[in-house]
Formats: sequence, structure tokens, C-alpha cells
Amino acid sequence: MSEMFSSYILEVVQIVILLAAAPVFIGWVRTLKCWFQGRTTAGIFQPYRDLIKLFHKDIVLAENASWIFRITPYLIFGFTVLIGAIIPVLSVDLPLSSTADVIAIVSLFAMSRFFTALAGMDIGTAFGGMGSSREMTIASLAEPAMLMAVFTVSLASKSTSLSQMAQVIAHGDLVLRPSLAFALLAFIFISLAETGRIPVDNPATHLELTMIHEAMILEYSGRHLALIEWAGMMKLYLFAVLGIAAFFPWGIAEAGNLIAIPIAILVLAVKLVLAGVGLVLIETGLAKMRFFRVPEFLGSAFLFATLGMLSFFMLE
Amino acid sequence: MSVSFAAQLNSVLAALILLTAFGLLAQRRIYGLLHLFAWQGVFLSISTAVVGYVAGQQHLYISSILTLAIKVIVLPYILHILIIRLQIHKEVETVINIPTTMLIGIALVIFSYHLTSPIRELSTLVTRSTISVALATVMLGLLMMITRKHAVTQIIGFLAMENGLFFAATSATYGMPLVVELGVALDILIAAFIFGIFFFHIRTTFESLDVEQMARLKEED
Repeated sequence: MSEMFSSYILEVVQIVILLAAAPVFIGWVRTLKCWFQGRTTAGIFQPYRDLIKLFHKDIVLAENASWIFRITPYLIFGFTVLIGAIIPVLSVDLPLSSTADVIAIVSLFAMSRFFTALAGMDIGTAFGGMGSSREMTIASLAEPAMLMAVFTVSLASKSTSLSQMAQVIAHGDLVLRPSLAFALLAFIFISLAETGRIPVDNPATHLELTMIHEAMILEYSGRHLALIEWAGMMKLYLFAVLGIAAFFPWGIAEAGNLIAIPIAILVLAVKLVLAGVGLVLIETGLAKMRFFRVPEFLGSAFLFATLGMLSFFMLE
Repeated sequence: MSVSFAAQLNSVLAALILLTAFGLLAQRRIYGLLHLFAWQGVFLSISTAVVGYVAGQQHLYISSILTLAIKVIVLPYILHILIIRLQIHKEVETVINIPTTMLIGIALVIFSYHLTSPIRELSTLVTRSTISVALATVMLGLLMMITRKHAVTQIIGFLAMENGLFFAATSATYGMPLVVELGVALDILIAAFIFGIFFFHIRTTFESLDVEQMARLKEED
């Protein structure tokens, strides 16, 4: 009974860390980017201030906004927190982790994207529709590649449950697996596309012709915008921890081992700091590509994932 | 270095060779192609040395060094000089629909896996799993020669195909006898010179290295 109880506490701790760490992670990425580009930083806690400011503002709602427009921010926020509760970040033994596997996580991401696209079209402005159409184009290409990459990892661990994957990779023998290297490469490509980072979308701009994610949420304000922004920050954090859980799970706590939790938190922090450095290196090194080049970018992600799967059969 | 670790290392190198083969298919810029080809040579050379270590075959070290010298340094250098002399630097080739080519490439990899699976069952060598990759590299080189129009890129495809053959020999039988390998290396080197002469002839005749132009060679009717 006490073991059950402790795993529920862990679940709560993990969600609190998700809510608190996601803005800091974004802040860290922005700070690093400023350092790389020789600008003055706003500090890693600036995203918190932005969120608080938005929460204090009033909502301006368009006259023809339907219930979809009003419910979407809460739905997206809910989906994102739910995904955060499923991914084994601190310990492999989470009560929610066994209820959903990695395919369910991909579909939850898809659901939140679906509602964002609907809300983008709901008001009927040109930008919203354009953003939704672009987002869905990218999604339709990114999702098969994402599933392919995930299947490659689950081939190696013989399970689609993330806890199982993390456990097999963390405690199995250390073997060189070309399939996992390919899958990781594909996963990085897809994460950049899904979280709207630089070669695909620019998170820092509101330029009409290029924006994708920002175009969809242009009509939101106040509390709604705060929730969507917060969910967006969590999404980046979640892709980072998803990659960590699937490819670098070393340091994650065993089932029922509460003493290992502080160490797991520390290891997670180190990994996230490194993930931020990697992300900024990619973002400063690359230019944003033309929208019509994105299918090629995601096509190569699909190719890497397929090659990973093939090399699992051919070479391992 | 234990045998199982060496086998894993060889698998990783095989995967990298396959990756560069796909990279050659997708690359549009001619200098990018040269770099990818040189990298493929590097991976091939390391892989040969690893196999030589595992199998205890001394002559594989020699072929490894030969690969490094010819396919990583000499051939890319000759091609580089050719590209400068022919003034085709920084040219971006129009390739027909890269995603489709990639899908055909994936189908070829599956086909060669299917084709080599009996050998894989019968063979007892450490390197048996990489035979399918070697065959796939040969086929991808062939695919590159078919889909490209530019003479220089076709040659790179041909050389990549030769890389695949060399890799197949190493993984299927721990390499050909040294005499054969020396002969092949010399052949390739001479072929590169002959290609160079041909390039100049093609260009003086057609004022372009696009082999599509050769269709004009037929008689008027």
C-alpha cells in the first residue's frame, strides 16, 4: 500500500516539476541564444514574468468566437500536463505510465494540435487559417516519421511502453546500436518540426509570411494566451524529456526506490542543460528553411527512422 | 577489443556507409557529393581494419591503407581538380524528385536484405550481417548512376558502387586476395584518369556535361 502511495506522490512531484521547469528550460534556451548572439539576456526567469503578466490581463474575445475557441486553451493545457504525467521522467514506476504507451503519447500530441488548428480557423481571420493549414501540412509529414522512430526504439526493447523502454536501455548491456542512433537522429529532426524551432518555424517572430504556430494563436489574449504559451513551453520540455527517456535514460530511479529520486532530479537537470545547449547550437547554426523545403526535411527524418528500423533487422 | 564489440563496431560502420550512400542520392551540390564520397571511403577503411583485426588477416590492413589512400585522398583530389578545370564548381544539379528516389532506395535495401538472407544463415563469419548493407550500397550506387544526368555525378555513383563491392568482399569472405585488390585499386585509379579525358571530350563536343545531350548523337531522319 505504501509503495502505491509513494508512486502517486512521485507522480505529483513530476507534474509540479513539469509546470515549474518548463518556463525555466525555455528561459535557459533563450539565455543561451542571447549569449551566442552577443545580446543582453533577460534572465532565465523571464518566461515566468511573461506568464504572470498575461494572467493579469483581460481577455479580448472576438464577437464570433465559438465555444471551441474558448475551450481550446484549457484542452491544450490539459493534454500537455497529461502527457507530462505519462512520460517516465524521474522514475520508471508511475501509476499513469502503465496506462498509456508511446503511441498514445503521439496521439495526445496530435489531439492538442488538432484543437489548436480548429481554434486557429474558428475566428475566421486569414492568418489563423493559413497557420492551421501549414501546421497540419507539417504534422501529416512529421507524425509517420515520429511513429517510425518510436517503433525502432520499441523494437530494441520489445515494448511500446516508455517505462519498459527506459528500463531496458538503462539496465541492459551497453551495446552499440546503429538502429537507435538513426532513430535519435530522426527524433531530433521531428522534435525541431513539432516544437516549431528554427529550421522549420521561428519561435521568436511574428512575421506574417513565415509564422506557423504563432499564426494560429494570434487571436488569443490574456489568460487564454498564457495557458497556450505555457503549454508550448511544456511541449518543448516534454520533447526533451521524451528523448531523454527513450535514448538516454541512465540515472532514472528504479521502481520503489525513493532515495534515488533526488539524484534522478539532479541528473535530469544536467541532461536538460545539455539538451538546451544542443538545441541552441542547432538553432544558431541553421537558417530557417523555406516552407516548401520542409517536406524534404521531414522526408529525411522518415528516411532515418526507416533506416534505423531496417538496420535493426539487418545488423543486430 | 573483444570480438562481439568489434562486430558491433563493424555494424555501426556499415550503417554509416549505408547512410552516406543515401546522402549521395540526396545531395544536390557537387562538392557535397565529393565530401560524402570521401567519408564513405573513411568508414570503409576503418571497417576493413576492424575486420582485419577480428579475423587476424594481415593483408586486410594493407587494403585498409590502400582504401584510405586512394578513395579518401587521391580520387576525391583528382575529381576536385577535374571539377575546377571543367569550371563546374558550385553547380547545383537538378535531380528528379528526391523523395521518390529515397523510397526506391529503401525498397532496394529491403530487396538486398531479402536476397542475402540465405548467405547470412549459412555464413559463420563475424561480418555476415553486413553483406546485405554491402549489396544495398552497390544497388544505391547503381540507382544514383540511373537517376543523375551529370557525367561527374554518374562517375561518383560508379565509384560508390565499387566501394559497395569492396565492402561485400570484406564482409562475405574477409576480403579478396591482395593481388586482386591491388589490381582493382590500380584499375580504379586509371579509370579516374580516363574519365577525366572523357569529360573533356564530352564537354568540347556538347559544351555541357549533361549526358542527356548524347541523345543528339543519333542520325537525322
